[in-house]
Amino acid sequence: MRYHTAASFEEAVAIAAAAEGVTRFLAGGTDVLVQLRSDVVTPDDLIDIKHIPGVSEIIRADDGGWTIGIAVPGAVMGEHADLCRDWPGVVEGMELIGSTQVQGRATLVGNLCNGSPAADGVPALMTAGATVSVVGPNGSRTVAVQDIPTAPGRISLSKGEMITAVHLPARAEHAGDAYLRFIPRTEMDIAVVGCAVNLRLDGDVIIEASVALGAVAPTARLVPAAAEALIGSTLDDAALSALAEAASAACSPIDDKRGTIAFRTRVAGVLARRAAGIAYDRAKGASA
Amino acid sequence: MALDDRKTDGFKYIGTRPNRPDGLDKVTGKARFGADASASGMLHGAIVRSPHAHARILKIDATRALALTGVKAVVTRADFATGLTGEDADLLENVIAGEKALYDGHAIAAVAATSALIARDAAKLVEVTYEPLPHVTDVDAAMQPDAPIIRADAADDSVPEGMHPNVVRYMEFGRGDLEAGFAEADAIVEQTYKTEATHQGYIEPHACLAQLGADGRGELWCCTQGHWFVRRMCTALLGLETSQLRVTPSEIGGGFGGKTTVFIDPIALALSRKASRPVKLVMSRSEVLRATGPTASASMDIKIGMKRDGTITAASGVFRLQGGAFPGAPTAETMQCAFACYEIPAVHEVGYDVIANRPKQAAYRAPGAPMGAFAVESALDELCRELDLDPIEMRLKNASREGTRSSFGPRFPRVGLVETLEAAKAHPHYAAPLGPNQGRGVACGYWMNWGGETSVSLAISEDGTAQVTVGTPDIGGSRASMALMAAEALGIPYENVRCNIADTGSLGINEPTHGSRATYASGLATIESARQAIGKLCERAADKWGIDAEAVIWEDGCAKPSGPNAGEFPPLTIAEIAAEMGSTGGPISGHHEATPNGHGGSFGTHLVDLEVDPETGRTTILRYTVVQDAGKAIHPAYVEGQFQGGAVQGIGWALNEEYIYGQDGRLQNPIFLDYRVPVASDLPMIDTVIVEVPNPGHPYGVRGVGETGITPPLPAVANAVATAAGVRLRHLPMTPPRILAALEQKAGG
Ligand SMILES: Cc1cc2nc3c(=O)[nH]c(=O)nc-3n(C[C@H](O)[C@H](O)[C@H](O)COP(=O)(O)OP(=O)(O)OC[C@H]3O[C@@H](n4cnc5c(N)ncnc54)[C@H](O)[C@@H]3O)c2cc1C
Repeated sequence: MRYHTAASFEEAVAIAAAAEGVTRFLAGGTDVLVQLRSDVVTPDDLIDIKHIPGVSEIIRADDGGWTIGIAVPGAVMGEHADLCRDWPGVVEGMELIGSTQVQGRATLVGNLCNGSPAADGVPALMTAGATVSVVGPNGSRTVAVQDIPTAPGRISLSKGEMITAVHLPARAEHAGDAYLRFIPRTEMDIAVVGCAVNLRLDGDVIIEASVALGAVAPTARLVPAAAEALIGSTLDDAALSALAEAASAACSPIDDKRGTIAFRTRVAGVLARRAAGIAYDRAKGASA
Repeated sequence: MALDDRKTDGFKYIGTRPNRPDGLDKVTGKARFGADASASGMLHGAIVRSPHAHARILKIDATRALALTGVKAVVTRADFATGLTGEDADLLENVIAGEKALYDGHAIAAVAATSALIARDAAKLVEVTYEPLPHVTDVDAAMQPDAPIIRADAADDSVPEGMHPNVVRYMEFGRGDLEAGFAEADAIVEQTYKTEATHQGYIEPHACLAQLGADGRGELWCCTQGHWFVRRMCTALLGLETSQLRVTPSEIGGGFGGKTTVFIDPIALALSRKASRPVKLVMSRSEVLRATGPTASASMDIKIGMKRDGTITAASGVFRLQGGAFPGAPTAETMQCAFACYEIPAVHEVGYDVIANRPKQAAYRAPGAPMGAFAVESALDELCRELDLDPIEMRLKNASREGTRSSFGPRFPRVGLVETLEAAKAHPHYAAPLGPNQGRGVACGYWMNWGGETSVSLAISEDGTAQVTVGTPDIGGSRASMALMAAEALGIPYENVRCNIADTGSLGINEPTHGSRATYASGLATIESARQAIGKLCERAADKWGIDAEAVIWEDGCAKPSGPNAGEFPPLTIAEIAAEMGSTGGPISGHHEATPNGHGGSFGTHLVDLEVDPETGRTTILRYTVVQDAGKAIHPAYVEGQFQGGAVQGIGWALNEEYIYGQDGRLQNPIFLDYRVPVASDLPMIDTVIVEVPNPGHPYGVRGVGETGITPPLPAVANAVATAAGVRLRHLPMTPPRILAALEQKAGG
């Protein structure tokens, strides 16, 4: 195994593009190192990207949009008051990851690029409409988060490409988001079901909504039908039932040691209702 | 044994809560655990494990591994003793496979190399050719006529004709007229209950450092509950003379019964012998889960009859336990404890010990008892609901007490079940209000405890302090308890006693710290050793005063003349006598060895409140109270710790812990991420009530307390779930998917 410390994105991309075997970027390493030690993935080239200038910063642009560096750990996001105010759902997804120790290292981009369908940081990024900047041997592009994961453990970046930043749009007024996951314990578990809801109100009426589910399909995914069920409603019982039904209908989960198909399908609806309730309250001004 | 000198009150040190002597080293990271041992020239070992649940081993080719730079030795079964029989043969077969791999994770070969990384790489280069065979992992399936035969010759004569060869032991006992008993009943419950295998989950994985020369003399440093057991097992498996191996235990990061046997130690010794270098072996967590002892899984049929007033009229149970690919599931213990809490006129029990393609079960805290308690205490709760009886009152009505003829035969001596039930009834917890979707569960449990071979020495130092040498590794604070008992007996401050755990070269045989025996048996021997030393101290004083030794008494750490003709002498302190001992007759010490059998059983009653989320089936424990008889709590904080730890492990077993096997017979969850022990944030503070009904078999009344506490939580939680969710789960663990499925079935049906 060759260990590289990249001083710039260009250098990192050059190393990755030239590498012939298994290549991994080392952000927090909380997936990479675990996989290495358990013989799941033994990289031939490991490229540390934490020393690239600017990767540990969270920046709010003049238009209110956010840029989150690729080495920013969950703990730093959780202590960023303005980010928490604008995107509480995104932050709470990230903060659910692991323990205090893991939080000191784990990153949003690592969570996304590890490609787990159960990644806790991802659904709320999707409902927020987040994008990522990607650079590679053939230049750079901007990609919507929902277009990154393609299958369990797989993402749409091609060889030599890497993400350089995450972008969250400016937060509109009267809007809120929330992320909930189901685990049998209170921490240190992988989501059996995850659900993010982001919505915007006009008075009591939901005028924009977005719903994403995790751990119930090969990738985390947006569920437009579930969002439709919310738009135009005041989150009344009928809307909530329609939301739950749409969420459950969007599931195509597997039976495994963590949960059954029937359980995941049913609980996806339950979490959607509960997450929508929290997002709605936040949009109405309740603090996160 | 006759205890001429029992003391059950008026203690000065017993019952106080001083700091533990090992505490500072543990919180500052200085304590040396198994993996902290090292030696110059040391090699590192790694083990090659079977990826198959059941397979014939056709060939092991280590050529490529041995060719790797840094690799010094490879061992296989051929490097161990031959011609072993009985338990030793099973032990060896489990430590390293012979002709067949019997479970996923079974050790096949091992490598020693100059670094842990090289050893790991080399292990991957050992080429093993397997012929996979059909497998079975479920206890009920393993008994079916068409189940694959795991080992054709594992059964003994107890098994009735015509049973599947996977049934390797059969037992049956009972008394009374079952039919008449059931005829008398106003209500009968008859149900099948199942529990899954769980692991002890100790935080410290197994680790050892071994050195064995061509002359057959060796040293072993390891993390164990019982190093004399380790010595006997290792020497048997390697064909050595017992006394030529000295075993020194490290500090131990938990064992719960799982470290009373050997897994890697004989392999490290064999590698060392072959490489002529010390070899260190440390298991990973996955190896621990795949290849050390979880407990047995169980399938049980229970039938109980009860009168309208709550009197139990008859009970029967059929207990099928699977303990891995070897005989030894704790079926007998399950049967012994299942109905032990109650006086039952007619009772009949049948038990099967069944083998399956799983790792060899090892003892786990009250081995066998939690399963039986789950079945019986759940069934009793079902009867209480049917007959509208208060669960504590029903239990009080039937509770075993002094003189009760136990379900398994002997009459109980003085025991404390009634006292725990009364204390639970009076506890504010029992009367606290419950909210929606919440339920309260009650259950009792029993463990008989153990005495066991014990050898202890106590020596007085020149300054009048004392050193206690015991052979029972300290898992739960026992050094503090020994020091308290020695301090009490000698009449010197707790701080003036140091308790050490000796290696096998320093004392006679000691059984492990198991069966809740350390505080009872090593404690008894410590007190007796102190009393012997006191006798000698009194003799020295008598010599000095020129009076008879009988005219000297020991009080508050001093020899004093006593009786009408003793004469007037100022008391001689222990320090004064000790300062002169070199010239008054030499070192002063006491020693006691015995196999004490007055270990009194301990009963407990648990209360739990919990809430079930009706939409997800998720259970939250809200409040938990453990009430248990400790006989006499030597160090109450460590007694409480045992109660709390038992409750927590039982809660895990009830709710989320289980060995999950795939269709391929491989363990699906060999990491703590998916083998779900409760984490701290899952639990409320576990409340404890120590009941003290002194054990007549211990000088200070001690009963072992380590194990009983894991027995009631399984049914207590199940009984609470039945109230909170309105569904009865008879299969543990009660995971959210299982509870939600039961709720949906109820709503649908
Ligand atoms: C104890 C523990 C508990 C955990 N609990 C959870 C949990 O509850 N929920 C959850 O979702 N996850 C959990 N995880 C998994 C992990 O912590 C998260 O997925 C984390 O967000 C990964 O981030 P990282 O920075 O550590 O990624 P790394 O391990 O550094 O990288 C992960 C992957 O992302 C790729 N990568 C990293 N940066 C880039 C980049 N800039 N461009 C392209 N590819 C990149 C790497 O090549 C690698 O494939 C847990 C892990 C541990 C050890």
